[in-house]
Amino acid sequence: MFAEILPLLSKALGETIYMVVVSMAIASAIGVPLGVLLHTTAKGQILENVVVNQTVGSVVNAVRSIPFIILMVAIIPLTRFIVGSAIGTTAAIVPLVIASIPFIGRQVETSLKEVPAGLVEAAQAMGATPFQIISRVLLPEAMPGIVSQLTTVIIALVGESAMAGAIGGGGLGDLAIRYGYQRFRPEVMLATVVVLIVLVQLVQFVGNTLAKRLDKR
Amino acid sequence: MIKLLGIEKIYDSPSGQVHALKGIDLEIARGEIYGIIGLSGAGKSTLVRCINMLERPTAGKVIVDGQDMTTLNESQLREARKSIGMIFQHFNLLSSATVYDNIAFPLKLSGMGKAEIEKKVRPLLELVGLSDKANQYPSQLSGGQKQRVGIARALANDPKVLLCDEATSALDPQTTKSILALIKDINKKLALTVVVITHEMQVIKDICDKVAVISDGVIAERGSVLDVFTNPHHDITKEFISVLLSNALPAAFRGNEVSQDRTSGSLLLIRLVFLGDRADEPVLANMIRDCAGVECTMLFGNLDEIGGVPFGRFIVGLSGEDDAINSALNFLSGQDVRVEVIGYVRRNPAAA
Repeated sequence: MFAEILPLLSKALGETIYMVVVSMAIASAIGVPLGVLLHTTAKGQILENVVVNQTVGSVVNAVRSIPFIILMVAIIPLTRFIVGSAIGTTAAIVPLVIASIPFIGRQVETSLKEVPAGLVEAAQAMGATPFQIISRVLLPEAMPGIVSQLTTVIIALVGESAMAGAIGGGGLGDLAIRYGYQRFRPEVMLATVVVLIVLVQLVQFVGNTLAKRLDKR
Repeated sequence: MIKLLGIEKIYDSPSGQVHALKGIDLEIARGEIYGIIGLSGAGKSTLVRCINMLERPTAGKVIVDGQDMTTLNESQLREARKSIGMIFQHFNLLSSATVYDNIAFPLKLSGMGKAEIEKKVRPLLELVGLSDKANQYPSQLSGGQKQRVGIARALANDPKVLLCDEATSALDPQTTKSILALIKDINKKLALTVVVITHEMQVIKDICDKVAVISDGVIAERGSVLDVFTNPHHDITKEFISVLLSNALPAAFRGNEVSQDRTSGSLLLIRLVFLGDRADEPVLANMIRDCAGVECTMLFGNLDEIGGVPFGRFIVGLSGEDDAINSALNFLSGQDVRVEVIGYVRRNPAAA
């Protein structure tokens, strides 16, 4: 029986990891700068700009308030435009990225808020430019927090990728639904759940270790 | 070196406008250590932040080394700030960087090369006595060591001015002494102009040449530390000084009423202040010898030093016939000693 499930599991795991890694990479590339923008344009910060801050903030809130399953369906035309198809593992990446960007933005913003204002003031007193303050003070000082927060985002992505799988994205969620539920194979369901648990534990462990190593406070 | 002209600062706060600085004029000469003392909320931190434009004054001019800081654009201001070092109460070191990298930070901002940075940072580590801590992180250091890193970092760009914002307020008294000694040392070695913001008169007394007392957004009193200490005019100044130099009567007399009228068996309390060379002249012995019939009781005495000038303060009680006491007061007023008559008190019953 194991011999039969194993190839299914490994293929599904591979698809899940593909979805999570690619989504995370793209979403971070946009989400981290978004978090920096949210933090630095807030009142009293180095690039204070109330209009930008409130506009971006509302868009972020709007996207975050849409449940993932609805977002996924709602943006099918966009997905089709970008990927060429609305079905498949690669197509699932589009809604995953869009859902994760505002999530990462807010998480990074929270971490940046915890950098003491005195450090920014000290850098300003030394003649640092806003860009230098972001790249040499805010981000390095917030890095342990950002790593912890991004770990949370990755775990959320594992869950969302399972949902994406249910509408033809493949991955562990798809396997659990199609074999475990629709074909009445409880052992496949169980195996999938175990793999998900191990995966999430592993991500959390790596995240914690990395955050701890970075934290010199 | 630093000239502040008519500095005003008005903040908008939720509870309305706050007038933090109400027209401050101040001139600080090159190489001087200038203390600015005030209670919290007096505006002293705002004032020091106006010098490097971390706070932009609402009105007035800030001239540092001949340059009007208020007229500079952002990039000119960044350049100007590089010649003004600053240290802080809470050190404000990067927790994610080593001691070495913290000191190198301002140099990296200027895009200096690795080898050049090394050449600057090593002597600075030496100067502040932390050569063996170069690769440690701030969390591994004591408060005093952290402030030494702060000082080294502030000196990295060879500034002309060092601003110290409550730099010793988070440190214990021994550490405070050693940090103040370091500041005094670099002031001499590098001919650096230093502005010290504090709420502790001890700091002013230990290292400053001049002092301005700031209260409610204005300068209440200013002058050389010696003058202000020995002859304070403003109540707030007297209060600051009283923390260090108690002006209260000795405990045995505190409960007794001081009156300006003489009653039988009372003592006339006078406060004497000796300055400079006078502090070691036998003024009291001479008085007793020259004024027959006066008795002198030493109640309190203290010899201190301000900026290298000896400074003695005594409270003595005089007794004797009216004539004898008057001749004693006459004698003292002819000496180079400041005399202040406190009043008559009844002799302490326990001592009688």
